[in-house]
Amino acid sequence: MEKKKTKKVDRKDEIIRLKNVAKWYKAGDEIVKAVDGIDIVIHKGEFVAIVGPSGSGKSTAMNMVGALDIATKGDIFLDGINIEKLHESDLAQIRGRKIGFVFQTFNLIPTLTALENVMLPMVFQRVPYEDRVERAKELLGKVDLSHRLTHLPNMLSGGERQRVAVARALANNPEVILADEPTGNLDTKRGEEVAQMFNKLSDEGKTIILVTHDMYVAKHADKIYKLKDGKFVR
Amino acid sequence: MLRDFFVLGLNNLKRRKLRSWLTMIGIFIGIAAVVALMSLGQGLQNYISDEFEKLGSDKIIIQPKGMGPPGSAGGSLILTSKDLRVIKNVRGVEWAVGMLLKQGQASVGDEVGIGFASGLTPEDRKTLNELQGWGIIEGRNLKKGDKFKVVVGYNHIHKDIWDKPLRIGSKIKIEGHEFKIVGVMGKIGNPIDDGLLHVDKDVLKDILSVEDEESQIMVKTAPGFDTEEVADTIERKLRKSRGEREKQETFNVQTSEQLLNTFQNIFAVVQGVLVGIAAISLLVGGIGIMNTMYTSVVERTKEIGTMKAIGARNSQILLLFLIESGLLGLVGGLIGVAIGVGLAKSAEYLAGLYIGTPLLQASMDPVILVGALIFSFVIGTLSGILPALQASRLKPVDALRYE
Repeated sequence: MEKKKTKKVDRKDEIIRLKNVAKWYKAGDEIVKAVDGIDIVIHKGEFVAIVGPSGSGKSTAMNMVGALDIATKGDIFLDGINIEKLHESDLAQIRGRKIGFVFQTFNLIPTLTALENVMLPMVFQRVPYEDRVERAKELLGKVDLSHRLTHLPNMLSGGERQRVAVARALANNPEVILADEPTGNLDTKRGEEVAQMFNKLSDEGKTIILVTHDMYVAKHADKIYKLKDGKFVR
Repeated sequence: MLRDFFVLGLNNLKRRKLRSWLTMIGIFIGIAAVVALMSLGQGLQNYISDEFEKLGSDKIIIQPKGMGPPGSAGGSLILTSKDLRVIKNVRGVEWAVGMLLKQGQASVGDEVGIGFASGLTPEDRKTLNELQGWGIIEGRNLKKGDKFKVVVGYNHIHKDIWDKPLRIGSKIKIEGHEFKIVGVMGKIGNPIDDGLLHVDKDVLKDILSVEDEESQIMVKTAPGFDTEEVADTIERKLRKSRGEREKQETFNVQTSEQLLNTFQNIFAVVQGVLVGIAAISLLVGGIGIMNTMYTSVVERTKEIGTMKAIGARNSQILLLFLIESGLLGLVGGLIGVAIGVGLAKSAEYLAGLYIGTPLLQASMDPVILVGALIFSFVIGTLSGILPALQASRLKPVDALRYE
């Protein structure tokens, strides 16, 4: 664990708590314990990196925190709500409002322009059109893409695509940003740019969870947790 | 939000242009056929209703039993002048007209053809012509004592029934007897009436060696009498005078309204069968949409996962895909309606050009056109239900992981 800059994190203000969370899969006759009982508390405004080799269960853990997947056992509290007890439509609302996702493969909608991609999360939250356009332009400006509003994803470089994805993750002003290998498909320079963008967001008070196997990228975080065989290791 | 979903749906259809077009062909062929058939069928019904309206609801038509138009009933089932007299004596009958309509050979020079000849007495002819609004446009009508004079239908002079041009005073042979043309009827609009040869009833009987026959008797009910009741009385009296038993009559008594109903029922059945056949292609089109949507769901699994990750609820994914498949149906339907209208209008034009009949009128009833559009949207949406459900039920994490 490495201390960085001076940033105020209110220790009482917890946003994510995992209590003995496990995820088991059945693969043939074998039961694979992808995540095998982890506990973690993350506070508002923290920038946390979860590192580990592939197959260590870090993506699985992140999917459960992001309400994309349901734990086999244990409880996950997001902003005080136990999301393991919720139905899919409530989970969708939580994903839409409280969480912003950034993926390794960018996952932009290919038929939509950069601006429309950033607007999409707001469509699902029924934000009025004018507000959506304004907010999306503002966010794309923030990631230095004001000149790329009407470009389709396939007309953008990898780094630009990931910046659009970051802008999209911020669309509904979520409290938590979950990034799964966001630099995995970028060269070192672009990866560094994206990582610094997370630092900036963290400084603005966003809680960030970054999953990566790249220690250079992980070093941008306030705290680093290492995961191996579904368990945290020191 | 709905607007956004429509835009998203259209975007997705444009993304796979060729596939969208191919899918829509299935719908628009079906819709085009249904629209064309319904619009022509409707036009036909309108025409027949108009004709019956001209005839008036106070008419009763008596025909020998049998299928087909008057004059074609074969063999022993005939009406006679005795029947006509019986009918004339029924209370409530203002007048009764007996017409002889026969098919026979006609010739001009070396040319030989088959045509219908109508035989009426001059007074009866006058009554019927007035009733139907038929008139002479050239020459004169038949008079009492006109032997071997003929008034020809419009097409004999103004269309190409005969190669040799005919005019007033030309000769035409009917069953080997030479007739002189003294008049031409105005255009009526259907090839049978416009091809008729109008001659004196007695002369027609003579040359065809017909003893005593009425192909059809038309009755007008006197004012103040109920048409149905008069028709019942006629049926009863005729039965008695012809010595027939109830339900085994060899003749038919129908009021003009009953006749109209009979026609309309027949048309409804014929049209129903034709439209039903066309509708099968719509079913196939719907299955095409379903297939396309299933493919689309599989291809866009990851996209669906992404949308769920950024907050799309199952119901929103469902709606998105339903709108997309509905649009496939609707756009297909729009094209189909346009083609269907084009087909119906072409049929109307060609029928007018080659047969000279106004029977085929394409009716542009907005109910048919708008109904077809709504129907095609509904087909699209229904076909999309299963694929859309599949899309909406995908688990976000599985969908995201899909490659």
